[in-house]
Amino acid sequence: MAVALIDYGAGNLRSAANALQAAGAERVDVSNDPAVVRAADRIVLPGVGAFGACVSALRAIDGLEEALNEAVHQRAVPFLGICVGMQLMSDEGHEFGVHRGLGWVQGSVRRMEPGGELKIPQIGWNEVEPRAGSLIEPGYAYFVHSYALQAADPADIAGTASYGAPIVAAVQRANMLGCQFHPEKSQGYGLRLLRRWLAWKP
Amino acid sequence: MTLAVRVIPCLDVANGRVVKGVNFLGLRDAGDPVEAAARYDAAGADELVFLDITASHEDRSTLLDIVSETAAHCFMPLTVGGGVRTHADVRALLQAGADKVSVNSAAVARPELVGELARTFGEQCITVAIDAKAVAPERWEIFTHGGRRETGIDAIAFARQMAELGAGEILLTSMDRDGTRSGYDLPLLRAVSSAVPVPVVASGGVGGLDDLVAGVTQGGASAVLAASLFHFGEASIADAKHALMAAHVAVRPPETVA
Repeated sequence: MAVALIDYGAGNLRSAANALQAAGAERVDVSNDPAVVRAADRIVLPGVGAFGACVSALRAIDGLEEALNEAVHQRAVPFLGICVGMQLMSDEGHEFGVHRGLGWVQGSVRRMEPGGELKIPQIGWNEVEPRAGSLIEPGYAYFVHSYALQAADPADIAGTASYGAPIVAAVQRANMLGCQFHPEKSQGYGLRLLRRWLAWKP
Repeated sequence: MTLAVRVIPCLDVANGRVVKGVNFLGLRDAGDPVEAAARYDAAGADELVFLDITASHEDRSTLLDIVSETAAHCFMPLTVGGGVRTHADVRALLQAGADKVSVNSAAVARPELVGELARTFGEQCITVAIDAKAVAPERWEIFTHGGRRETGIDAIAFARQMAELGAGEILLTSMDRDGTRSGYDLPLLRAVSSAVPVPVVASGGVGGLDDLVAGVTQGGASAVLAASLFHFGEASIADAKHALMAAHVAVRPPETVA
């Protein structure tokens, strides 16, 4: 089974690759080649930094968005978006301007306004409350972000955390999973999620 | 359920070993960094900080090896600093497996560097480490180069400037307290944490578990960092979490880590 880990210059790929292997992935192909995406059995889209910079970097690679759309929607390959990789699944991101996302999950990504003494970015471990029947389990996961996805359809929300107000910690729709937190940095909690995702047959 | 205060062991690294000094001097060996990291991972530390305290050219590749070796086995957040000056330095550390990179002297020398790094790598991966020393009541100034060089720069104004430029976090070390085990400089910590919108990590001076608690409840820190307390086995990560829990501070309970 080949997992394509998309390398579009946005993210700490080494950690994601290490964690996928520790969770049992037989082969992890770190690549930005649309042909690798087309051949993959599973796809992971990481992402670190600003929404606009990430989506531009992704679209700068010829044929990559088309290959992702084909794999995820036509072949229904299991997909995992991590952090900004999850945010990119949305319609649009409002970070340094408005940028069009992949449009796979309805909603937009906006700056969190937790109020009170709460700091931005949210950095650290927060408790995730899962939606029953999703891949997400209850427990603490590691978050680093200033923006969060506001999902238009509550049915897409697979887990929430609380940061002043409820925030979307994970989305799940058809063959797609997206985590605002970093499973590759969430010790046992994260590795167990990656194991479930690797075994997932949506 | 809310964001947990982080408990962070700090690994000061020199010549491939973990060391710990007093007021930045007189180093004592505290073991192999990769082994120490693995122990803290298993113990449920919330994050690890590696600081290359010699920051010499030769040590740079040793540090990268330590980070990549650690990242291969420890699936937890890693912050790395010491001698970070350029985009290439940051990129190399991130590629080795660091999640956040801490910038210190170079940010003082040229503050705009922090904005440039934040735009390239994202604010969330740029931590600015501030080493501050009291020069008068309620007045602290920045020192660089491992505390050897005074700058005359006001620590609070500088912290504010760093956050505005794009620092995602401030790692605040009291040089008066570092290694002395007399507790964090709480007035300094409170002054900085209330001045900036980003998280502040308390560092320098922890002698016991009460100091960790005070860093949060009195200092307003988002994370508490300690070295000697953990390295020499006086307290475990679980002890630290339990002490914080007893003071009604939200932590990731040690029982949930596995």
